[in-house]
Amino acid sequence: MAVDLVDDVALKDEAATQVSPRHRTQGLSPARKVWRYVAMPLFLTIVLVGFYLYISGQELDTIEARQLTRPIIQGRLTEHIYVSAISTFFVVLLAVPLGIFATRPSLQRFTPGIIGLGNFGQAIPSLGMLTIINLFALTVTWLPSTGTVPAVLALVAYSTLPILRNTMVGLRQVDPNLLEAGRGMGLSNFQVLRKIEMPLAVPVVLAGVRTALVINIGTAALVFLYGAGGLGTLIFQGFQLRREPILLTGAVLTATLALLVDYLAGLVEEWLTPRGI
Amino acid sequence: MTDVENSDVMIELEDLTKMYPGQPVPAVDHVNMRIPRGEIVVLVGPSGCGKTTTMKMVNRLIEPTSGRIVLDGEDVTKVNANQLRRRIGYVIQQIGLFPHQTIKQNIATVPKVLGWDKDRIDHRVDELLRTVGMDPEEFRDRYPKELSGGQRQRVGVARAMSVDPDVMLMDEPFGAIDPITRERLQNEFLRVQAEIRKTIIFVTHDIDEAIKMGDRIAILQEQSHIAQFAPPEEILTAPANDFVADFIGSGASLKRLNLTRIRDIQLHADAPVVDVNDDITTARQRLRDSDWTALLVVDAERRPQRWLRPTDLKRPSADLHQGGLPVDATVEPQATLADALNEMIISNAGCVVVTDGRGAYQGVADIDTIMASIRAMRAQVDEYYRAAKLLDIEGEVAV
Repeated sequence: MAVDLVDDVALKDEAATQVSPRHRTQGLSPARKVWRYVAMPLFLTIVLVGFYLYISGQELDTIEARQLTRPIIQGRLTEHIYVSAISTFFVVLLAVPLGIFATRPSLQRFTPGIIGLGNFGQAIPSLGMLTIINLFALTVTWLPSTGTVPAVLALVAYSTLPILRNTMVGLRQVDPNLLEAGRGMGLSNFQVLRKIEMPLAVPVVLAGVRTALVINIGTAALVFLYGAGGLGTLIFQGFQLRREPILLTGAVLTATLALLVDYLAGLVEEWLTPRGI
Repeated sequence: MTDVENSDVMIELEDLTKMYPGQPVPAVDHVNMRIPRGEIVVLVGPSGCGKTTTMKMVNRLIEPTSGRIVLDGEDVTKVNANQLRRRIGYVIQQIGLFPHQTIKQNIATVPKVLGWDKDRIDHRVDELLRTVGMDPEEFRDRYPKELSGGQRQRVGVARAMSVDPDVMLMDEPFGAIDPITRERLQNEFLRVQAEIRKTIIFVTHDIDEAIKMGDRIAILQEQSHIAQFAPPEEILTAPANDFVADFIGSGASLKRLNLTRIRDIQLHADAPVVDVNDDITTARQRLRDSDWTALLVVDAERRPQRWLRPTDLKRPSADLHQGGLPVDATVEPQATLADALNEMIISNAGCVVVTDGRGAYQGVADIDTIMASIRAMRAQVDEYYRAAKLLDIEGEVAV
């Protein structure tokens, strides 16, 4: 019998295994990879050193010299970081469960209300929020109306929305087929949430946390109004006393802090994002 | 409808009905079906006929409005749904591998929930990967996106088999895969099934796939009404009504190519074969002694390597280790004639080499082999129609 051999080899092999980059940084050249991590700290260092040299070159009068000392600046900075950190901690504790709650199919009827609450928080100007919280605290006897407590309350109310929204978006964007696969193999609703939905929502949720952090650092510049200190004190004093170096110090440090925290949060986000997605 | 012996029923659906609120008619209306142990039952029908809904009621991803599901003699209509699902393997078209977990973690999902220890899980994962033809060393720590579509599908099947369920539900499992890979996966799956003998409910809209995969086929009309429930041969030769005949479409005899497997036909066993380590004079002698125009070279494990033509052998530098044309068309004994024909058409040689499960040479099939089989089938069909006609005439005579 005849075996008709034709000199062309048909393409019929199963598609070659495609190996896509595991991490966002893979595939970049080593130099660019390093640059990605180094650029922001480098920039911030240049700004701070430049600003330090600028202030050192100024003739400071007594008022300025009294304010711009290391213990005072350090104290303000610590207060600022403290208030921002505490309020971010509480807002995560509040908004992530709320977001999970709002996306459960059986609780969908609460979703508009929850979103509305978050929107309300962010729609009010930050100064207005501080006033509302202050008035609220004045009417509630067990709540102090000045200091860290109302400050944290105001920041939490103001930064709930980004985390809430991102948690909801993060959970909703999970491929419904994965949920069906999970339920189909007999995982309970809670196991599906813990093993599938949450890990896959992590990047989006973390992006929300990052936004909330930056918002909190910005808004914490106003908590001096409660007597909770922070870098806003320097800005306000500099403004009232018409002492530009003081005002600038407060403003530059606030901005630098926000950028630095955003950068660090980005690193954490990358580190916590599950491999494979 | 072919009924099934009582003793051998694995899944029994009794008056299973799904009514969605606000819909005038039920999506699935009083389905009764007995599914024998160890068989693949294919639910096939036009889209919207309720086949997927029917299947999903078996593991209660969709809760039936009324009716009963009996699994291996036990009424499971009201038992804990999560525990029920852990006893039933589930494969969906989109596969649904968890992208943030490695292949091993994916397969180990249910064993972990059931609290298996680490050694048992490791052992089971490797065993399953080998069952679906993947090297555990290479694949167990990969992520789903690092696999091709066909490999993902294999892992999906392995995951569904993780706790060795007696029953598996497969919802268009090969639907999203290119035709050539699909055919291979189908054959592979039939090979695996021949060993594991699971009871499988398989949903598809593709009648050819149904004919190939099913031990029995249920052709469904709207609301999951069963038009015919029978083995594929019977559906092709004796469609119960016009709906079934229309659904099978034209070329029912051509479709029967999907019914006959390579192992059932007479192969050419006289092809000249040499071991790659034989010397070249033996090879030349073998080819001369046969009436073939090419010689098949196999390796030490008798796996086909290449076809060598007289011109390839004539050259003084001729070598059995190189030259000629690689053997690219191979099928396993459980492949259907349609698969073989397909391979033949796209291959560089006008024939396919048949190999066993381990890849060793068994024989050669060509267009003549398949033609002979088609002729035999035609004869059968003609006989059937003659028989049917005779019956009609007798019936009239009786009246």
